[in-house]
Amino acid sequence: MIWDLHNHINGLPGATPDVHMENLIRFADRMGIERICVFMGYPFINEPTPEQLRAQNDQVLQALAHWSHRAFGFVYLSPQHLEFSLKEFDRCVRNGPMVGVKLWVARRASAPELDPIVEAAASMNAVIFQHTWHKTTGNLPGESEPADVAALAARHPGVPIICGHTGGEWETGIRAIRHLPDVYADVAGGDPTNGFVEMAVRELGARRVMYGSDSPGRGYASQLAKVMGADISEADRKLILGENLKRMMMPILQRKGIRV
Amino acid sequence: MIDVNVSLGPWPFRRFPGDTPSDLVARLKRRGVTEAWAGGFEGVFHRDTSAANARLARACETAGAGFLLPFGSVNPAAPGWREDLRRCHEVHHMRGIRLHPNYHGYKLSGAAFPDLLRAARDRKLIVQLALNMEDERSHHPLMRIPPLDPEPLPKALAEAPGVKLVVLNRMRAPAGEALAALARAGVHFDLAMIEGAGCVGDLMSVITPRRLLFGSHSPFQYFEAAVLKLKESAITGEDEAAILSGNARRLLQSE
Ligand SMILES: [Zn+2]
Repeated sequence: MIWDLHNHINGLPGATPDVHMENLIRFADRMGIERICVFMGYPFINEPTPEQLRAQNDQVLQALAHWSHRAFGFVYLSPQHLEFSLKEFDRCVRNGPMVGVKLWVARRASAPELDPIVEAAASMNAVIFQHTWHKTTGNLPGESEPADVAALAARHPGVPIICGHTGGEWETGIRAIRHLPDVYADVAGGDPTNGFVEMAVRELGARRVMYGSDSPGRGYASQLAKVMGADISEADRKLILGENLKRMMMPILQRKGIRV
Repeated sequence: MIDVNVSLGPWPFRRFPGDTPSDLVARLKRRGVTEAWAGGFEGVFHRDTSAANARLARACETAGAGFLLPFGSVNPAAPGWREDLRRCHEVHHMRGIRLHPNYHGYKLSGAAFPDLLRAARDRKLIVQLALNMEDERSHHPLMRIPPLDPEPLPKALAEAPGVKLVVLNRMRAPAGEALAALARAGVHFDLAMIEGAGCVGDLMSVITPRRLLFGSHSPFQYFEAAVLKLKESAITGEDEAAILSGNARRLLQSE
């Protein structure tokens, strides 16, 4: 069973969210991927306005309309627009079909504005996904480092938070989150550098490591290779490829009556 | 299956699972590889490339005779490179060499690069040009390697007609018409660092599969990535056979 934590409906040809989904699923099918999590619309905007957030979430809702048997949606929120984001969470998750929250590069995850968002998500058992990178070339002003996720998670013990990309430069990223048992490592969205998954399993345990691709900007192929090619046990491989994500999602799926 | 892009030796910033020559050979063979073209990480970083190439040749012979084909590093910005090239060819009997211009500190626009292309061509050596080794966002902060500009490649190539050039680790550039023109001029490309859902299929909409080579950039990268890329793009039949080994075989045998 393969569930992919990290997908976008941006980057493949297609004028509508439905066509994007068709194209994504075609590749996912070839790779044996059952379910994909989808967040953000198009184009990518670093600091979206409330109107832009709403429009992008509408695109994901549209994508889910025909693909709810294959895809889960996460609502794209911005701590720059906290009041709006809390309402948008209610529209898309509390009262809508989405099951998670995506936070990108508008503001660092260590900022206090994240707290009400995390509390809202936790109240619904929604998955919390925060992009991070640790770039030698320099992060965007609002782009989180894994250390920012660590600071946020330390304020919310017991709430699972996914450290997106595990910092890209994962050796630093894994170390930054190692001491926090509720922080999970997303393996998506970087080159398939050998040893990533082995180190994550060694330092975090396989139950805290999740497969995602960041497709279509990244291929399912290169990202699956990190898990398929890793020197780990078959049991650990299964956890990473989908069982961990499923376990994290079951409470909100059950709450919403979504059967998997 | 011929993997045209593997490397031996230590990478300075991390160990990789399976990074000793014997372990690498065992892993490649288990995955169906029948021959691998091996460069050396030492040749990327050491100034004494003569010694690095000698060790590479010995390691290939010891751990994988007839399986690992050594591709020595030559740095045309360093004094004495013609002697390195001669030893690669005449002493170590290598079939080709591997270049790392951004790590060795020269541009493709200078005179050194076409000089080397001509000298390698005259010896009928394959020239592998590594455009990247690692995402620049992850370089060690105190050792940042500038990206290599591939734009001067067509001009350099025109100055060395007939050279057998293989571009390794292409990420996004060259692209479009520049890429198509290079392929028409006979340049080959490996798959190791291309990205995106369906990336091999996308590449084949620009250049013929006869110019694509199977390369994994292992052990730096997980070997499986290159294999799964072919599956993701549903490459089968003649195209698959050409990419997996036919094209590389032809390149080795061509005069
Ligand atoms: Zn992403």
